[in-house]
Formats: sequence, structure tokens, C-alpha cells
Amino acid sequence: MTSTSLTKPQGAGRAGDKVFSGATLAAGCLILAVLFGVALFLVIQAIPAFTAPAADIQGGKGFFAYIWPIVVGTLIAAVIALVIATPVAIGVALFISHYAPRRLASGLGYVVDLLAAIPSVVYGAWGAAFLAKEISPAYNWLANNLGWLPIFQGPASATGKTILTAGIVLAVMVLPIITSLSREIFLQTPKLHEEAALALGATRWEMIRMAVLPFGRPGIVSAVMLGLGRALGETMAVALVLSSGVLTASLIQSGNQTIAAEIALNFPEASGLKVSTLIAAGLVLFVITLGVNMIARWIITRHKEFSGAN
Amino acid sequence: MTSTLNPVRKRSALTKGQLPKAAPYIVLALALVIGAAIMALIGFNAFGWGIVSALLFTAGLVGWSAAVEGSRKAKDKLVTCLVVGAFLVALLPLISVIWTVLVKGLPGLVDPGFLSTSMNGVTGAFDNKSVEQGAPVLGGIYHALIGTVQITLLATVISVPVGLLTAIYLVEYGEDRALARAITFFVDVMTGIPSIVAGLFAAAFFFAVVGPGTKTGAVAAVALSVLMIPVVVRSSEEMLKIVPNELREAAYALGVRKWRTILKVVIPTAISGIASGVTLAIARVIGETAPILVTAGFATSINNNVFGGWMASLPTFIYTQILNPTSPSNPGPSDQRAWGAALVLIILVMLLNLAARLVARIFAPKAGR
Amino acid sequence: MKASRFGRNAAIAVIAAGALALTACGSDNATNTAAGTQSASGPKVTGTLTGIGSSAQGAAMDVWKTNFASANQGANVQYSPDGSGAGRKAILDGSAQFAGSDAYLKDEEAAKAKDKCGPDGAIEVPVYISPIAIAFNVPGVTDLKLDAATAAKMFRGEIAKWNDPAITALNPDAKLPDLKVTPVNRSDDSGTTKNFTEYLFAAAPAVWKDKADGVWPASLKGENAKGTSGVVKTVTDTAGAVTYADDSAVSGKLGTAQIKVGSDFVKISPEAASKAVDLGKPVEGRGANDMAIKLDRTTTEAGAYPLVLVSYHIVCSTYDKQETVDLVKSFEKYVLSAEGQKAAADSAKSAPLSSTLAEKAVKAIESIKVKS
Repeated sequence: MTSTSLTKPQGAGRAGDKVFSGATLAAGCLILAVLFGVALFLVIQAIPAFTAPAADIQGGKGFFAYIWPIVVGTLIAAVIALVIATPVAIGVALFISHYAPRRLASGLGYVVDLLAAIPSVVYGAWGAAFLAKEISPAYNWLANNLGWLPIFQGPASATGKTILTAGIVLAVMVLPIITSLSREIFLQTPKLHEEAALALGATRWEMIRMAVLPFGRPGIVSAVMLGLGRALGETMAVALVLSSGVLTASLIQSGNQTIAAEIALNFPEASGLKVSTLIAAGLVLFVITLGVNMIARWIITRHKEFSGAN
Repeated sequence: MTSTLNPVRKRSALTKGQLPKAAPYIVLALALVIGAAIMALIGFNAFGWGIVSALLFTAGLVGWSAAVEGSRKAKDKLVTCLVVGAFLVALLPLISVIWTVLVKGLPGLVDPGFLSTSMNGVTGAFDNKSVEQGAPVLGGIYHALIGTVQITLLATVISVPVGLLTAIYLVEYGEDRALARAITFFVDVMTGIPSIVAGLFAAAFFFAVVGPGTKTGAVAAVALSVLMIPVVVRSSEEMLKIVPNELREAAYALGVRKWRTILKVVIPTAISGIASGVTLAIARVIGETAPILVTAGFATSINNNVFGGWMASLPTFIYTQILNPTSPSNPGPSDQRAWGAALVLIILVMLLNLAARLVARIFAPKAGR
Repeated sequence: MKASRFGRNAAIAVIAAGALALTACGSDNATNTAAGTQSASGPKVTGTLTGIGSSAQGAAMDVWKTNFASANQGANVQYSPDGSGAGRKAILDGSAQFAGSDAYLKDEEAAKAKDKCGPDGAIEVPVYISPIAIAFNVPGVTDLKLDAATAAKMFRGEIAKWNDPAITALNPDAKLPDLKVTPVNRSDDSGTTKNFTEYLFAAAPAVWKDKADGVWPASLKGENAKGTSGVVKTVTDTAGAVTYADDSAVSGKLGTAQIKVGSDFVKISPEAASKAVDLGKPVEGRGANDMAIKLDRTTTEAGAYPLVLVSYHIVCSTYDKQETVDLVKSFEKYVLSAEGQKAAADSAKSAPLSSTLAEKAVKAIESIKVKS
């Protein structure tokens, strides 16, 4: 990224450089050590669940049969959340950075940052007490009119506490994260690029498409990844909103479960092998995040040459 | 941002093929009327009216623009509609959440003693009395407020240096080395650690190192740091990356050492973004419930020592008050306290945000927008 | 740069000052009671007793620890409602001195307790009884009679409507609407679910074939919610919903069903619940002073309500220090005293233990001694 040839050591101040670069390296290694510690903790605690006889695991059919439905449930919830949140968040970020009047924009940015701070319990309570009730007529409508689609198969849940509601709550929760980061990135687009585009007669959208978005693409992917991390790992909100159950294709019936919520719901009462099973579930979530991030990294590197940065 | 100069008022060759200035308003009025008509046919509700009108407005404006101004302008109009639409869609749930918290939280907040007393000695009997006989709701969140402030402060003190230094390593020293790539990758992975796992890890770590049953605010702070560091790294990294290389090269050309360049040029340039990222990270963890539940114990009285004794926090306070009301038969007062605490938590973050903005303004160089 | 350094210092100073100012203005006296007015009874005890366990016990523990601390200056009880399982784990690994649990120790846990608690293992004493209500939200209906088989069918989704012949046969007088039955269960692992499924498994074996467990059978489709307050809220909001929940949380808000015992129907009440507990037998293979109770769910005794949950405190039979022994004894004796039971009943609306059971429990507590 930077050219080191410009900073040849030259006596005075060299110690400062050494100490500083050493400190940054140490910080990086500390992170790896902590992550290694977490992974080690998970693996050690999870081993009994993998080695135990199938009949002893929750459900009686072994660990794989136990974890499979909730892995799918986790992915469904996270995908719903991102599908809803990403376009909206990018739209909001663009609105704040390039569309709204400047005075209004800083205030709006402030409000959005604030929303990241509402505790997940509150989102959960809001989702369970307010959203589920309000949205359940819409589910009935979907079941009646689009019921031929497997994902909207009726009969719709009477309480509205479905995986779609949970996904919407997750979307609301990750929205501020994606918006806030994308907004900062968009604001950093080199002014010269923007003005050059406008000077060539580009409309505002063409300017954004040619100057802002290419410049911000890696940042957007990062922001979405952060959002995804939260959506995958979110515990309390899902635990409160979702009426969990067996794996169900229909998004408007009760059913499905996410790993994080499964852990939160069962951990307090768990003992012995159940604890191991739940921690193994945590390990699986960890591996999923790993996989998802690998894919995201791959996407970023593939698009690196198009990135506008430097 | 992009004000087009329009000195010629009359329709000349320059302004030919432009929509009249009032076009959006005309379309909006039409959309609202037609929307109302359509909704009247299939059963009126305000929400549906809004959606139908918005769709009609977009279609109308874009169609008109396409007919008069051509497809490029039409596309621009379409995107503008989408962006504003996205914003309005995002506002709906957010306003709803804030409204819910305000309406349910204010009665708790204005209760005398809510901010200055703890829950020490407040039992279900008092709650039953306040429901059945209308006595004031007793008990407050002071102990939880203290706990949250201290735990979060400690977590920030741990995470920000570590996170920021790591980001600096990645951007300024990493140079695409294997280690740097590994760190970037694993930081991403770390964002996906479920919060409860972070709590269990911190608890297990302290149980092993200090002794079984070690539950203090500091353990919770460590658990929160595990969640906070990746957010700090990720956001600061992005912000440092977009500092123009010209600035670094100019500093090197003047003979400034690399570390001083970073401290005096790179970081100040990016400070606004970094401050926003750190605030976001704090906001992310200040509302965490699960890790604090398993690491900090459960206190109903005031504890000012983050390194010893059980500690309460606002999120766990909200959680227990909602899920295990002080009086199971009359959860009303507990709900009131919980929403009041949620409101306080949001106000706390608001102040924090304000502080971060102030810091950013003080540090930021006098350039850019 | 000077300005920025000043800004940074100022910011730090403001944060530090704010934190300091915050720590100086709070009060632990939320209820406006003068401290230490109650006279202490019995020997003077000091120190802090740590307990972890059932969240359902939280409300009762709140009042016990408050009253105990105000009666014994210098003594303090802290209780973290992490869950029964967490509490049992905590007493087994020594991170708590007592555990609150909605279930007695499993056999392997009881064996493991000998590591930390000495050769006699742990002592489990019942501290209160919580009758579990079958609660429903059917407009216009407040009272209903159910037998175990019908209840089991409703929760399995085998009875679809409230005016199903199976229900109307038991309730000829009630005006039951043509409304969908929506069973609502607990989504979290809980003692309430365990006791409820144990009752159904024992009393309606032909219908309910899933073994008793704290987790609701995964094969059943239905609505659920987290925690007692969660299911009660969901049922309150949904017409036609039915759930099972601690009586304290539903009384007065939802209709509760009478259940069939023998040939009669028994209404839920503290007396009927404690009668059912008195009919229980001690769990086999436990220490002499252990009071774990195996309930008889299929009792035919008139006036007993067998759908109950017994909440225990689990303590060690020996502790390292005399101070801890005194503290545990003194606290548990207060909990089991008529005064303590009444305080919990007023505050948490739990059902008190019968006096014979409480006396037996006090005897068990008396046997706690210092590790030799």
C-alpha cells in the first residue's frame, strides 16, 4: 500500500519507528491469540458432543441431525435480513451523503448512528410486542394471494412470530451498521472524481455509478460483512421474536430456529452433554462465519482492480 | 451538492427538454389522489395508501421524464426516487422503535428516584402495592447505569488501542504479507462470534486464571472487548485506507518519520471516520445482554468497583425486568422500569455520539468537506 | 496541534469527571426504609452468601435476600437468576454456595456433588411450590374442565377447535366458540415445561408419548415464546391460544382450567398444590438429609392438584468455613420459616410449603456442618 523506499532509516527517531511498528504488530497478534483462544475453548468444550452416541444428543438422532435444521434456519434469517437491509442501507447512505441537504444530512447521520445503540433486547421486545402483531394481517394476505409460493405457504401464523418477522427485525438491527460505514466511505470519495464526472455532463446517478460506487465497493462489502456478522450472531432479538420449531420452508408460519437463539434459549438450563452440544452449535456458527467471510474476501480481491482507492 | 445554474428562465434551447420545476409536486398530488382512489376500492388503510402513492409517484415522474427528457435523465430520476424511498422505508421501523421506547419509557424516567436509586430492597410486594393501590413505582437504575458506564469504559480502553493499532498495522505496515492477510481475515471471522460465546469464553478464561465463580465487571469488559475489537479494526482500517497516499508521500518527502507521519498526518485525516467507527463499536456492545449475563453476575445494589463483586448493567437490567418481572403477577412496574432503562441507554449513546463528534471536530484538519 | 492536544486532554478529563460524579450521587435505599430496624434473631452471622440458579425463583429471592439482609446486619445474600442448569453447574464447580433449581439434581450430578460438598453430597430442600396452570384465552370463557388426555391432545395439535366434542363433553355448560386452538409452549428449556410434560406423560400415556424434558418436543408444531412472561403475553394477545405457566403469572388475567384428578375436577390453588407435594415420595438413592421429592402425577387423592413444580435450594452438606455454615443455616432457616414463606407468597405469589414439609426441611438444614 505505501512505498517503504521513502522511509529509509536514518538514525534519530528510528527507535520511535521500531516501537510503533512493534506495537501495531503486537496488537495484531493479540487479536489472533484471542481468536485462537476462543476457537480452542469452543473445540475443547464441543468435543463430547461430537463423540457422544447419537441417541444421547438432543432429538436422539445424533449431532448432525440436530444442527442441520438450525444451520439452515440461521442462514434463512440472515439472508432475509441482508436482502432487506443492504439495498435500503446503501440507499440511506447515498441519501445522507449525496442527496440530502448538508444540514439535514449530519443530523440524519447522527440518528442512524444512534439506532445502532438500541439494545437487542429492546428490538426483540419491539418485534414481539409490536411488529409481530401489526404484520400478521399482511401474512394472512400473503398466504391467501401468494400461497402457491412455497415460502408463503399458509396457514399463516396466528401470532405473526415467524422467521420473516425475525428477519425483518434483524434487518432493522443491521441497517444502521451498514448505513453508517457506507456513508463514511461515500463521503470520502475523491471530490475530483465526482466533479470530473459532473463536468462531463453526467447526471447525478451516473456520477454515483461511475465515481462513488466503484470507489466504495470494498467498503460496502466490508460493511455488509459486519452486518452479516451481527445478523448471524444475534441472540436475544431472535430468541424473543421467533416462535421456533422444526425447519419449515414457509416464511410466514411459525418454525425454524437460529443457532444463536437456540444457544441462548437452552444454555441457562443446560448441563452435561447438552452444554457441549450447544457449544458445538456455537462452533458451527463460527465455521459458517468463516466460510461466509472467505467468500466475501474472494469477491473483494476479484474486484480489486476496479476499486477506485489510490 | 450539485446545484445546476439556471439563469435563463424562459424556454430556450438550453432548457428545452426539461421538466417544469413544479413537476414533482404535480405528480405527487396526482399520485396521492389516484392512490386514495385505488385504496378506496380495495379497503383503505394509511400504510397501503402511502405505498401505492409512492409507487404511482415514481412511475409517473420517471415516465414523464423519459418522455420529455430522455432515458438518462429518467434513470437519474428513478434512482433519486429509489434512494429517497429507501430512506423513508428505513425511517418507518426506526421511528416505530424510538416511538415505542419513548412512549413506554418516559413514565419510568420521570419517576422520582429512577435515576438516583438502585433496586436494592425493591420486592414484588412493592410492585403489587403500586398496581393494586396506585402507590408510586419504586426502584431505579442507578446501579445498572454505573455498571454500564464502567464496563463499557473499560472495554473501550481495552479495545480502542488494540483495534486501532491493528488497523494501522494492516494499512501501513502489513503490505499484503501473509500475517496481515490472516489478521484481516480472522478479524472478519471475529465479527461473527455470537455474543454469548464471547461471554462464555471470557467467563471460562477468568474461571481458569483467577478461580471458579469469578464474576466482575472486568470479566464482562473483556467479553465485550472480544466483540468490540473487530468492529474497531474493521471501521478504522477502512478509514485509514482511504487517506490519500499523496498526504503520506508529502510527509515523507519532508523527512518526517513514518510513525510520526501516521500519528500526525494519517490518523488526524481519518479521525472523523475513526471516531464514528469507535462510537459505532461502543454502541454495538453497550446494548449487549447475553455476554454480561454470564460474566458480571447479577446485582441489585450499587457496586462502584469494576474489578470486584457482581455488577449490574442496563441491558441485563432490561432483560431481567422484562423476562423475570420483580412481581410475576404484576409485571407492569417492571415493564415500566425496563423501558425507562432502555430510554436511558439510548440517551447515553446519544451523548456519547455527541462527544465523538466533538472529538472528531477538534482533531480533524481544516480541509475536505 | 496544541489545540488538539488540549481537546484530547479535555475530553479525557470530562469523561473521568463524569464517571466520578456519577459514582457519587446514587442511593441504595430505594424503598425509604431505615436500615437495620428489624431485630436480629438467632446467632449473629456475617459475610456474603452467593447463589446462582432458577430465574423463576428470582422474585422470591428478591424478598428473601432483602429481608434477610435487613434482619442480619453484616450478612448479605447475592443471587444471580442465570437458570436452574447454570445454578446446578455452579454448585458442582464451587462457584456458588447454594443453587436455586426448579428440578432436583440428576443422579450423575448428585454423585458429582460429593467432590465439592463432602461425602454426604448435596442437600436439596424444597423452598416453595409453584402450581402450573393450563391457561387459555377464549373470549367469554373463564373456567374450563380438562382431563390430562384432552389437554395433551390440545397441545399436540390433535384438537383443532375449541368446540371439539372432546372438550364440550367435559364442559357441557360452557359456551365454547368455533375458534382455532393455538397451543403456545415455552421456547426456552425450562422447569415448567419439564413438569408439565412429566404430568402429561404420566397421566395421559396413551396420547403423550414424548419423555418428560425441559425442551418442548421438537416434532410438535406450534407457537412458542421465551419465558413465562413471554407465553403469557402471547396468549393474552392471541384469541384461542392455550399455554401452561406458573399460576402467579396468569391468575386474574387468563382463564385457567381445572384438571381431572380421580373422578373429580380440581381447581388450581396453593392448598391443592401443597397437598399434592405432600403425597410425593423421596427420590431414591439420595443422602439421609436430602429432600428431593418424586411427585405422584397420577394421584387420585381428592383435592390434590398434581400439576405442580417444586423449587429447591441446593446446598452442600459440609462447607469449608464455620462462617459459611452459619450463614447458610441462618438464611435457609429464614427461607423455610413461616415468615419467609409468607413473604414469598405476598411478593412472588408462590404457594407456601406445608408446615410438616417445612419442619422436615429445617431438620435437613440443621445437619449442615464444617468440613472435617
